[in-house]
Amino acid sequence: MKARYLVPLGIFVLLVVFLGIGLTLNPRDVPSVLIDKPAPRFTLPDLFDPARTVNAADFDGEVWLLNVWGTWCPECWREHGFLMQLARNEGVKIVGIDWRDERAAALEMLRNEGNPFAAVGFDPESTAIMDWGVYGAPETFLIDRAGNIRWKHTGALTPKLWREELQPLMAKLKEQSP
Amino acid sequence: MRHLVLLLTLSLSVLAVEARVEAYHFDDPVQEARYKQLIDELRCLVCQNQNLADSNAELAQDMRRLTYEMVSKGASNEEVAMFMVERYGDFVLYRPPFKTSTAMLWIGPFIILAVGVLVLVMFIRKRAGEPSPALDTQDHERAKRLLDDKGR
Repeated sequence: MKARYLVPLGIFVLLVVFLGIGLTLNPRDVPSVLIDKPAPRFTLPDLFDPARTVNAADFDGEVWLLNVWGTWCPECWREHGFLMQLARNEGVKIVGIDWRDERAAALEMLRNEGNPFAAVGFDPESTAIMDWGVYGAPETFLIDRAGNIRWKHTGALTPKLWREELQPLMAKLKEQSP
Repeated sequence: MRHLVLLLTLSLSVLAVEARVEAYHFDDPVQEARYKQLIDELRCLVCQNQNLADSNAELAQDMRRLTYEMVSKGASNEEVAMFMVERYGDFVLYRPPFKTSTAMLWIGPFIILAVGVLVLVMFIRKRAGEPSPALDTQDHERAKRLLDDKGR
């Protein structure tokens, strides 16, 4: 008889556990289908000089980060300082795609906050970012020497992520020959 | 007052419909129908519980534009869906295909239903086997009183 009363309690505990797991998951963390697939090619006008273009092919054979950002995105501002640190102190090659942005606003932001990017493609019409399955900013991809996407993060990069995931992976990828 | 509230609510819903800015023109009504079906079945990834048709997110606008371009160029529904899945994964489909990673999604509700039916059947069987409790004179009298009371 006693055991019978434990059934609802058991169900309740089970429900709490499942809901608890649900709460800690990030709904924005949609698994990327592009991991371990060839990085999509893009050719975008250069943010600094509309007459020139930025091509994904320019970085073939390197280990690099693609960072999608925009001045309209608050998280990108928060992330910016850390990107500067990565580019300056850690020597990370970061290529930016300035997404759905105003050229003047983007240039002003980079002038005032510093420019962590080796190159910035300007993509106001979402022509390139859609190939990368981007649906928010900031989003960061890691591309290996063979031109495959190896890692992706939705949201701002943090020192913790860098220490625990990105840095070890980049170090490993840099050792590989293309 | 009630009418006023109703009127306001209705006018708001009209506003919401009007908020979808771009209207794409198709020469072929079949293509238009396919476009509408596609944006109904594709999920906007920014506002995850809306489809492309309902969402005003900028990404949804871009995805609608892309869908429009592909459909008007003669791409089949499968081609458009494939294109989106290659980039955004099965998550972009409101009707994901059946495979190991989505099996629970499809079968789960039926498992829960089966468990429910099983518990119900067990419960009913058990009750059917039990004799109804005997009533003593006191209970009989109380029941009679209640029945009489109701008759009046």
